[in-house]
Amino acid sequence: MAIALVLVLVVVGSVLFHFLSPWWWTPIASNWDYIDNTIIITFWITGVVFAAVVLFMAYCVFRFRHREGNQAAYEPENKRLEWWLTIVTAIGVTAMLVPGLFVWNQFVSVPSDATVVEVVGQQWQWSFRLPGKDGKLGTSDTRNVSPENPLGVNASDANGQDDVVVEAADLHLPVGKPVKMLLRSIDVLHDFYVPEFRAKMDMIPGSVTYFWFTPTKTGTFQVLCAELCGQGHPLMNGVVMVDTQENYLAWLGEQQTFAQLSASQQVGSAE
Amino acid sequence: MVDVTPADAVPPAEVAEMELYHPHSWWTKYVFSQDAKVIAIQYSATATAIGLVALVLSWLMRLQLGFPGTFDFISPEAYYQFITMHGMIMVIYLLTALFLGGFGNYLIPLMVGARDMVFPYVNMLSYWIYLLAVLVLASSFFAPGGPTGAGWTLYPPQAIMTGTPGGQDWGIILMLVSLILFIIGFTMGGLNYVVTVLQARTRGMTLMRLPLTVWGIFTATVMALLAFPALFVACVMMLFDRSLGTSFFMPAIVEMGEQLQHGGGSPILFQHLFWFFGHPEVYIVALPAFGIVSDLISTHARKNIFGYRMMVWAIVGIGALSFVVWAHHMYVSGMHPYFGFFFATTTLIIAVPTAIKVYNWVLTLWRGDIHLTVPMLFALAFIVTFVNGGLTGLFLGNVVVDVPLSDTMFVVAHFHMVMGVAPILVIFGAIYHWYPKVTGRMLNEAMGQFHFWVTFLGAYLIFFPMHYIGLMGVPRRYHELTNTTVMTESAHDLNAFISIMAFLVGFAQVVFLFNLIWSIRHGREAGGNPWRATTLEWQTPETPPAHGNFGKELPIVYRWAYDYSVPGAKEDFIPQNVPGSFGSSREPA
Repeated sequence: MAIALVLVLVVVGSVLFHFLSPWWWTPIASNWDYIDNTIIITFWITGVVFAAVVLFMAYCVFRFRHREGNQAAYEPENKRLEWWLTIVTAIGVTAMLVPGLFVWNQFVSVPSDATVVEVVGQQWQWSFRLPGKDGKLGTSDTRNVSPENPLGVNASDANGQDDVVVEAADLHLPVGKPVKMLLRSIDVLHDFYVPEFRAKMDMIPGSVTYFWFTPTKTGTFQVLCAELCGQGHPLMNGVVMVDTQENYLAWLGEQQTFAQLSASQQVGSAE
Repeated sequence: MVDVTPADAVPPAEVAEMELYHPHSWWTKYVFSQDAKVIAIQYSATATAIGLVALVLSWLMRLQLGFPGTFDFISPEAYYQFITMHGMIMVIYLLTALFLGGFGNYLIPLMVGARDMVFPYVNMLSYWIYLLAVLVLASSFFAPGGPTGAGWTLYPPQAIMTGTPGGQDWGIILMLVSLILFIIGFTMGGLNYVVTVLQARTRGMTLMRLPLTVWGIFTATVMALLAFPALFVACVMMLFDRSLGTSFFMPAIVEMGEQLQHGGGSPILFQHLFWFFGHPEVYIVALPAFGIVSDLISTHARKNIFGYRMMVWAIVGIGALSFVVWAHHMYVSGMHPYFGFFFATTTLIIAVPTAIKVYNWVLTLWRGDIHLTVPMLFALAFIVTFVNGGLTGLFLGNVVVDVPLSDTMFVVAHFHMVMGVAPILVIFGAIYHWYPKVTGRMLNEAMGQFHFWVTFLGAYLIFFPMHYIGLMGVPRRYHELTNTTVMTESAHDLNAFISIMAFLVGFAQVVFLFNLIWSIRHGREAGGNPWRATTLEWQTPETPPAHGNFGKELPIVYRWAYDYSVPGAKEDFIPQNVPGSFGSSREPA
C-alpha cells in the first residue's frame, strides 16, 4: 500500500521539482533558441508519459493489491490495445524527432556570410586564429608546431601570413554576426563548449571539425572543455567576449599577425 | 490467438540424455566445478566482490564532488582513476558478468529443462578466465602509476599519453589486457548459453514457451557475441599503439611541446569500434533485466505476462536495432554531421518496441492479484526508474537536443538511471526471488524492506536532480566544479545533498550483503516453490537442485510459462510440467 502512495509522490515530487527548483539552463546568448524549444517539447511529451505510466501503476497497485479471495484476470493478449498503444507511441516519437531533425539541418548548414574563426586546443589551453585582410586562413599541420609556431601554421602559405594569432588568450567576437568555428587540436580530444551558446563540438587531432552560431548578447562567457583530455581537463577554461562592432575592431587592431609574430621571434632568437 | 497443443500430448524426446561429469573430490565439486549452478555462484560472488570496489570508488567520487577541496587525498589523478575504474567495473565486470555469467548459468539449464550447460568444461574455463581478468584489473590499483584514468570509454589519444594517469605507466596496459581476457572468457560462456538454449531444451519446451528471462539472457548473449569482438580488436590495436608504437588511433601529435613518433591514425575510428560494442552493451545489460522483470511481475501479480509474443519480438527487435544506433554516442564527436539524421531516426525508432515492453508490464499489473513482496517492489521500482531513464534517452537520442546536453551531468544522470539503477533494481528483485531456490531459505523480509526503500528512493533522489545540474551546462568528468561559472551556489548545495544520498544508498547495500550471509543459516525454510511459480526451476525434486537438476527423468513441458490464475483451475498457477487440459489455458501459439 505504501508503494502506491510513494509512486504518486514520485510523480508529484518530480513535477514540482521541475517547475519550482532554481536549477534550470543558463540564459541563452546565441541564435540556438530552436534547440531550447525542442528541449521544451521533449520535456512536455516525456513528462506526460512519465506521469501517466507511473500514476497508472500506482492505481493498479492500489486497486488490484492482493486481498483474500482475489483472483487475477486471465488475458494473454489484446491485439487491438497493443496496436493502439504502438501507434500512439510512434506519433509521440515522431513529434519529437521531426522538429529535432529540422533544427539539426539548420545546425549543420553554415550560412554563407559566416566569418571563420579557428580554435586550437591543446593540453590545457585554448588558442585562436582569425583570417587577416584576405579573409582566408592559411593551411596548418601539427607537424609544423614548434615553440615559435605554436599553432602549426604553414609558413610557406601566403594566405597564412596575415592571419591573426591569439595564443592562450581571450577570444572576442562581434555580436549579431554568424561565425563558423573551425576546431582543431594538436594533442588529444578536446571539446569547445560555451553553455550560453548551446553548441559544442569535439576537436580531433588530425581533423578539422566545425559548428556555427550567431552570438546575440554582448558579454563575457566562459569556455569549458567538454571532452576528457587528461588530468587538467576541468582547468581548461577560456573566455569568449562578445563585443559591439567598435569594441571588436578595437580589440582586433591590437592583435598580432602570424608574420609579425614570426618576425619578432626571429629577432628575439638573433639577439 | 487460439488454443494450441492438446495439453496431454507428449512430444517425442528430441534431446538425448546427456552424460554428466561427476566430480570425484571436494576440489572438483566446489572449486573447479563444471556444474553450471556452482559456476553461477562463483561468477556472482566474484562480480559482487569487484562491484563493492566500484561502490567504494563511487563514494570517493561523491566526496570530492559534494565537498570539493575538503579531501586532499583525492587529487585530479586519483579522481580520474576512480571514475574510470568505477565505470568499467560496473558495466563490464559487474553487470555483464552477473546477468550472463551469474543468472545465465543458474537459470538457463533449469528453466529450459536441461541437466547442465552443453559444454560444462568450457563453462568452467569461462569462469576462471573471468576471475583472471578481474584480478588483472584489480592489480592495476597496485601497479606503478596506478590504474588508468582515461575514462571508461578509454578514448585515444589521451588514454595512452602522459597527461592521463596510467597512460604511460601500467594502468592502461592492465586495463586492455583485462578486457581482452574478459572477452575470451565471456565468449566461452556465451557460446554455451546460446547452444544450450537452442539445443538442450527439454521435451515440449518450444521457443515460444520459454520464460522471458531465458529470452532476455539468450538475446543478450547473442548480441554480446557479435558486439564484444569490436571491443576486442579495439583493445588489441590500442595495445599495439601503446606498446609497439603503431598508429592505428594516433595521428601526428605534439605533446607538451614535443612531436610524438605517431602519425596518420584516426582517434575517431576507436570511437566507432568502441560504441559498436558499447551501445549493444547497454542492451546486453538491459535485455536480461527486461526478461527477468517480466517473470517477477507475472509471478507476483499472479497473472500471465501481457502480450507474450509481442514481448519476445520486442526483445529480438531491440536487440537487432541496437546494432544500428551506436553513433548516437558520437553526435558531437566530429564525425560527418549527416550521420546525425540517420542515427537520430534509428535511435528514436528503438523507443517504440521499448515502450511496448513498458506498456505490457503495467498492463500485466492491471486486473492482477498483486502480492507486494520484496521482488515485486523491486520490479515496480525498476519500471519507474527505467521509464524515467528511457525518456531522458529521447532527449539525448534526438541529435540536436544532444548538442547542449552531451558531455554534461545530464548524460551521467541519464545512463545511471537507465542502465545503472534500473538493471540493478532488477538484480536485487531477482536475488530476493531466486535466493530460496539457491539456498533453500528465504531472505529476511524486514531487512529486505529496508534495503528496498532506501535503495529505490535514495537512488531516485541522487539521479533525478542530477539531470538539472546537467541542464545548467555543468560538464561531466570535472574533478573541480568550483571554477565553472554555470555552477551556482545552490547547485553546490544540491551536489552535497546528492553525495549524502549516495552514502545512504551505499549503507543499505551493506545491510543487503549482511542479509545474504545471515539468511543462509537463519532464513525461514523456503520449500521447493515458495512463490508458487510455474517455471521449471521451481519444480525440481530437490532444493537447492542437485547435480543434474531434475532427478532421474527430465521434465516434460505441456504449457507456456504463464499459466497463472487460469479460469477453472484449482490453484492460481499451473506449472509448465503439469499435463492435463483442466482450466482453460489460452497459451498463445
